[in-house]
Amino acid sequence: MTLLSVENLRKHYSSGDRDVAAVDGVSFSLSAGETLGIAGASGSGKSTLARLILRLAEPEAGTIHFEGQNWLALQGAKLRGNRARMQMVFQDIHGAFHPTATVGSVLDDPLRIHRIATKKDRPGEIARLLDRVGLAAADAHRPVHQLSGGQRQRVAIARAISTRPSLIVLDEAVSALDVQVRNRILKLLVELQREQGISYLFISHDLAVLRAVSHRLAIMDTGRIVEYGRTTDMIDSPQSAAGHALVSAVPRLTLAGRPKNTV
Amino acid sequence: MTAALCNLSNMTVRYGGRTALSDVSLNLMAGERLAIVGESGSGKSTFVRALAGLLPRGAICDGQVHWASDQAPRLGRDIGFVFQDASASLNPLLRIGEQVAEGAKRHLGLTWQAAYDHAQALLEQVRIANAPAVMRAYPHQLSGGQRQRVAIAAAIASRPSILIADEATSALDTVVQADIVKLLDELVSKNAMTLLFVTHDIALASNLADRIAVFKHGHLVEIGPVADVLSKPRSSDTQDLIAGHFDLTSPPLIAEVATS
Amino acid sequence: MKRSLRLVRRRLLASIPVLLIVITLTFVLLETAPGDAVDAYLLSIGGGDAAVADGLRRAYGLDQSLTARLWLYLTALARLDLGWSVAFERPVLALIAERLPNTLALMGSATALSFAIGSALGIVAGSKPESVKDRALSSISLILYSIPGFWLGLVLSLVLAVQLRWLPTSGIETIASGKTGLDRFIDIARHLVLPVSSLALIYTALFLRVMRAGMEEAWTLDFVLFARAKGLARSRIVLRHVARHAALPLITMLGLQAATMLGGSVVIESIFAIPGFGRLAHEAVAGRDAPLLMGIILVSAVLVIIVNLLVDLAQAALDPRIGASEASS
Repeated sequence: MTLLSVENLRKHYSSGDRDVAAVDGVSFSLSAGETLGIAGASGSGKSTLARLILRLAEPEAGTIHFEGQNWLALQGAKLRGNRARMQMVFQDIHGAFHPTATVGSVLDDPLRIHRIATKKDRPGEIARLLDRVGLAAADAHRPVHQLSGGQRQRVAIARAISTRPSLIVLDEAVSALDVQVRNRILKLLVELQREQGISYLFISHDLAVLRAVSHRLAIMDTGRIVEYGRTTDMIDSPQSAAGHALVSAVPRLTLAGRPKNTV
Repeated sequence: MTAALCNLSNMTVRYGGRTALSDVSLNLMAGERLAIVGESGSGKSTFVRALAGLLPRGAICDGQVHWASDQAPRLGRDIGFVFQDASASLNPLLRIGEQVAEGAKRHLGLTWQAAYDHAQALLEQVRIANAPAVMRAYPHQLSGGQRQRVAIAAAIASRPSILIADEATSALDTVVQADIVKLLDELVSKNAMTLLFVTHDIALASNLADRIAVFKHGHLVEIGPVADVLSKPRSSDTQDLIAGHFDLTSPPLIAEVATS
Repeated sequence: MKRSLRLVRRRLLASIPVLLIVITLTFVLLETAPGDAVDAYLLSIGGGDAAVADGLRRAYGLDQSLTARLWLYLTALARLDLGWSVAFERPVLALIAERLPNTLALMGSATALSFAIGSALGIVAGSKPESVKDRALSSISLILYSIPGFWLGLVLSLVLAVQLRWLPTSGIETIASGKTGLDRFIDIARHLVLPVSSLALIYTALFLRVMRAGMEEAWTLDFVLFARAKGLARSRIVLRHVARHAALPLITMLGLQAATMLGGSVVIESIFAIPGFGRLAHEAVAGRDAPLLMGIILVSAVLVIIVNLLVDLAQAALDPRIGASEASS
């Protein structure tokens, strides 16, 4: 069942005197419970694509269908109400949360705004969400800025799943984390997907991360999708220059150390 | 690569009541490439900053550093330093040319004109396309990868014998990271520099370094040649770092969770 | 320099609606206030009957509708005619042209002096935060900043002019001295020493504090750490990297201060009896002189717009990121 289908999406930005095509005719589809990885170097347009799908920016052309609705036609209260169905997790940056916010207040907002739980039930629901992402119920009282990067990202995931969405857009969601923390977060995401049938649009420059979690993969280069298919096939034999570059850029553990006389 | 460049013993650094580095002792060999590996908060950045004399105000540093040369190396002249975030480490208000030239002007005794010529040659050396135009550009006009190349050019402007790269590639995407690592590799070989490469990525360390030092919670937990540390890790922290690494040959998580 | 031109053009275009709004708002506000110039005039000559008042109102056009008079004012303004001052019985433009230079001399020299000294001392204090020099300068600036301007003016005047008789107590120049050229310039300068220093001392403290705070913040930035890592001379790090960055908020401050200074000049001009713009505003209010008040507010608005344009240009000259990328389409 197709959850999200994107047809011929376009968005240009003008930077100084130049006109830059950030997203230049992108089409793909995503099924329920599936993860589509979007890979690309910086400037390939992958973050702009995320913003267009989340309706944080408006495309100049193209269509988006989400849960059977014309997603781009939704406006105002109708759009705000439907945002519960499509959530987001961005790269861990301190700016993503209000500096004085507590974990509890971050989770309380979506529950209240989207009327997921009554005032009486919200503390229980917050505790349940925290437990699900591997945090303690007592963490609800802690200010977000006191948390570690990995804990903050768990809070961001708890917030995203609080509205029981069918799709979460993840933009470089694990890029700023230490290796072990990153692995635990990825595992959590995969478990949540299996439990709740959530689809992910997983955006990253790191093919190793995408390979771990994506069923299918799209490679973006200068605003276009240049390769699109099953993750393992594409990584085993990349067809495009951008695909080759991404595959060969992944650092491999060389147990013997670096070869001598390199230059 | 036989002579010790520097012996460090019992180095401890405290900031505001917190111990960031405790009792670290190691020898740095002339001409070697030492990777400093650890998670965030492991003390790896504190270690190289203490060595370079770049600790923030209020930090207390104990221990002995004994340099083999008569004179301790001077920061900027003998030690070049590259930071993680190139967009923040370049002054947004000054032209690229001035920022690369100012170190050379000071340490090589050049006139401004000669320092600018030198800077342009350096930009070409770090493979910046159209160096004359970039000389006149401001940092916000460059891409992330270009900025890090500029920062490297500025760091090696006085032909230092030691280069410290503190997470110099971790803010970049993997494709640009691979290019910058290749550039560092070439520059270090060509100019016979000693390299201290700080990273959280043990795979990156294994590709670039001769020896690896693993830090955890402010302690040096293991140090040795890359092959020894990776194939026979003695510390459980090193084992964790190796186990945590995954690349394009590891089994995908989606398959793993599905079968568990 | 294409960037600066674009900035100037955008700013000038934006200032047209600003001026129109200022004019309309003040016009309406002055109209809704009870009493007009005719009332004030009749009061000053000991009263008059309704017929005289009506006659005067007709003569000055005060019997017409608000919109008609606003239109009349705007069309006259287009010919640079600011109207006729009722209280002074002279053209508003001539009055302003006579008084404005005194205030500009006062404000200009006070601002220039306090900016130069304040930023220089701010650099000294901020070059090493928490040092003895920094603590001493910060304490002195805090004391200066908390002194009211009129009090400082009075004390300085009492000591230097009344007791020691080194400087004149009031006025902008010696009346009927017949001095010309350099002599006259020195005479005016001597008259300005006290009012300028009363204003400048306080603003020096303000600029010092803003500069120092900016420097303290700049020391924590990565590019300053990188400048240290390049082994640069301390003076170069302080001046070229730290202070230059700290100058950005200082210049923003300068623009905001320009408007405050125009207002603050009323007090200082009153204490030192300087026939300036601030006192003219005071007299216009007292005399219910609506055309004069309108003119003063309009000229003040234009001055503030000009100062802020200059501030924007200075910012753009200092910071290459400003106006570099136009907002996305």
